Amino acid sequence: MFDYGEKNRELFPETKSDGTVDIDLSSGKFTKLWHGPNHPGITGNMSLELTLLGDEIMESKTHVGYLHRGFEKLMERRRFINNFPLVCRVCVPEPDFNEYCYAAALEELAGIEVPEKAQWIRTLILEMARLQSYLMWIGGQAGSFGMGMVGQWTLWARDRVLQMFEELTGGRIYHIFILPGGVRNNLTEGFKGRMLETLADVNSILDDVERVLFNNAVFKKRAVGIAVIHPEWVDEYGITGPNARAAGIPKDVRKDNPYVKYGELDFEPVTGTDSDIYTRARVRFDDCRMTTGLIRQILDRIPEKGEFKAKMPSMLHWKIPAGETYKKAECTRGEYGYYIVTDGSGYPARVNVRGPSYTHAVTLAEKMLVNTNLADVAGTLVSLHTYPPEVER
Amino acid sequence: MEKVIENVQKKFSLSEVTSAHGYFITCEKKDAVSLVTYLKNVEGFKHLVLITAVDWIKDNKFQLTYLLNNPQMKKELGVRTYIERSVWPEESVMDSAHHLWPAAKTYQRELHEMFGIDFPDSPEVNEPLILEYWDDIPPYRKDFDTKQYSEDTYFPREGRETDDPATYMKEMLYPFEGEKNV
Amino acid sequence: MAKMNYGKRKADLERRSVTGPDGEVFEVDPMKNYFCEAPPKVYKPSPLTPLEKFYNWCRAESIYILGFGTGCGAIEMRPLMSPMYDAYRYGVHWRPTPRQSTVFVIGGYASVKTIKRIIRSYEQMPGPKYVLAVCSCTINGGMYWDSYNTINRLDHYIPVDVYVTGCMPRPEALLDSVETLKKRIKEGRAEGQNKYAENFEWYKANQKQIIKDWDMPDYNW
Repeated sequence: MFDYGEKNRELFPETKSDGTVDIDLSSGKFTKLWHGPNHPGITGNMSLELTLLGDEIMESKTHVGYLHRGFEKLMERRRFINNFPLVCRVCVPEPDFNEYCYAAALEELAGIEVPEKAQWIRTLILEMARLQSYLMWIGGQAGSFGMGMVGQWTLWARDRVLQMFEELTGGRIYHIFILPGGVRNNLTEGFKGRMLETLADVNSILDDVERVLFNNAVFKKRAVGIAVIHPEWVDEYGITGPNARAAGIPKDVRKDNPYVKYGELDFEPVTGTDSDIYTRARVRFDDCRMTTGLIRQILDRIPEKGEFKAKMPSMLHWKIPAGETYKKAECTRGEYGYYIVTDGSGYPARVNVRGPSYTHAVTLAEKMLVNTNLADVAGTLVSLHTYPPEVER
Repeated sequence: MEKVIENVQKKFSLSEVTSAHGYFITCEKKDAVSLVTYLKNVEGFKHLVLITAVDWIKDNKFQLTYLLNNPQMKKELGVRTYIERSVWPEESVMDSAHHLWPAAKTYQRELHEMFGIDFPDSPEVNEPLILEYWDDIPPYRKDFDTKQYSEDTYFPREGRETDDPATYMKEMLYPFEGEKNV
Repeated sequence: MAKMNYGKRKADLERRSVTGPDGEVFEVDPMKNYFCEAPPKVYKPSPLTPLEKFYNWCRAESIYILGFGTGCGAIEMRPLMSPMYDAYRYGVHWRPTPRQSTVFVIGGYASVKTIKRIIRSYEQMPGPKYVLAVCSCTINGGMYWDSYNTINRLDHYIPVDVYVTGCMPRPEALLDSVETLKKRIKEGRAEGQNKYAENFEWYKANQKQIIKDWDMPDYNW
């Protein structure tokens, strides 16, 4: 694995015949370094325990749990409707997927039909959440390679989308807009026109980003061929979403198991071939473009009239028959799912959140980071789009 | 999907099959890992979605759920199994599935930490994943009272009296609706 | 019966001899060599009032925030750096390390694992230093008031100068809290650091009650 030449050979450890190296910290040849939790190059509040030889990573261990709040325990203590303010806080950048999965699972168990218009509004909300999360991610990916101004542009565009969220739901980050039986409110008057204006702004920012980021020599040099995910790993490690699509496997819950109104929309999952940082960035960027197109389609097809909420029993005394179900949605990082078990009372018996980062941040990152350089750690982690709160919840 | 379950029934004894809200099958504890291996290798359920546990404290058992996905059929199948629920500080024991999927290792670490279910052969299963120096009942067990623990440990600020929304809404927010429903 | 293995990482903290890359053998005692153990001191203002006022003006106009996103409130820090809100025009900068920063923004809930890192980062910051506690969770536990892993009141563990309510607070509220902090510093009322030094024993007792693996000196900087 290593070819140091003859010079200074005694400074390096012995490479065994199968290419591995015994890691012996007391030999003084290795360095142990904590990357995070207080580190600008880490995604959220998590940390990596890296063992380095020079600047090459020999071993990586992910430490999570800095954001553990015990959601699954707290949900068992609260009524079904009380949990809506909780579920959206599982994942901060895109809370709406949590709300949708949780609400859909409850509707499935309780046998509630969601009106046509509510489904369209849900699709719109989910796509807007995807758009703003991607915009933030592009800034992070560019920032991890030292291009801070791309983040300034995309965050401005994200703030435009958040303003539309604020108009619709009243909240910037947490919306609690999707409730069982439908959505909380109707579309505001003139929403469509303002949303189209916002989309035009976002698209012009995206054009700039494409010119500056994806044709940038530095970005290409540092991202092409780095941190490759082998297509065989996809099923083995449970990789989903853009990380799997960049490896050429068209996994997309929106297409595979259409939920809400995705079956009626016209789109094809974006895939890539090379599966390195550059391809993953490209796939996410094209997905972001596609999302703006999807929002335009939804705005055209959203019905003017109709109920936005089904008739529901009194929420305070709502009891759901015993059963269990798993509901999933495609978020920007992959397959997001809620596994809910009920026992016929007013409280859930068990809620398990399946965040896509669970496998990406722990098992996959531990494997991928070995034999990469210390300088690439931040870029690799951001390109996996890991987000720690959904690992530990 | 029905065909898969028929094939499974020929080889393993299933005590329960539900298909109301997604397909879930129940098997015995000793069959669980071999059933999951069969589903992965023969029936093509290659993607492990999650492994989780449910604490049925009244029946004195843990339910373990392996949720698998078939990328060709694009469908999920849940495999349930029931294991004996030990009284803490004894730990329940289950066979490990880490050799099938690398990701199973992480799920089993979490289950060991949060439920006190031990998977003896699983690597790093005794390493803490989320909590640091936890010395109480594993927190996801139903007999662990999180409210009591929080009040004892973390200096609650005075002022909060009830956490029951029905009472609160009856008194404060919506007197009419509260009366009607209570 | 296999229990969780909590004792493994302690080996790094023991006294041992290490061979350097150049073959030299030297003794390492992490608890002594890596930390300075002197307890915090109370800062006495200068007897010259105009001079102290000038110092306070300097402190107020260079707010260097530690870029440590401890909770979900950190997501509203990023828009503050962008052109829409642009906190830099108020003299606010973000620094990557505690050694260069003066203001610690605690974004929301702090789990037990995080509060240990918060305390270490806070003690490593050079004085004068201030704490902005953002979100309801730092005040009374907020949404997670009954959670077994998040603290309820931040001011029992580190001194807080300004609270910002809301879940989550808007970026404008954060900007306003910075203005409030500036006002308090200029008036000489942001005394969190001195409060910490005066009630050092009480803070330490509270911290050690919840942090069960206390593997650092009482004051590390």
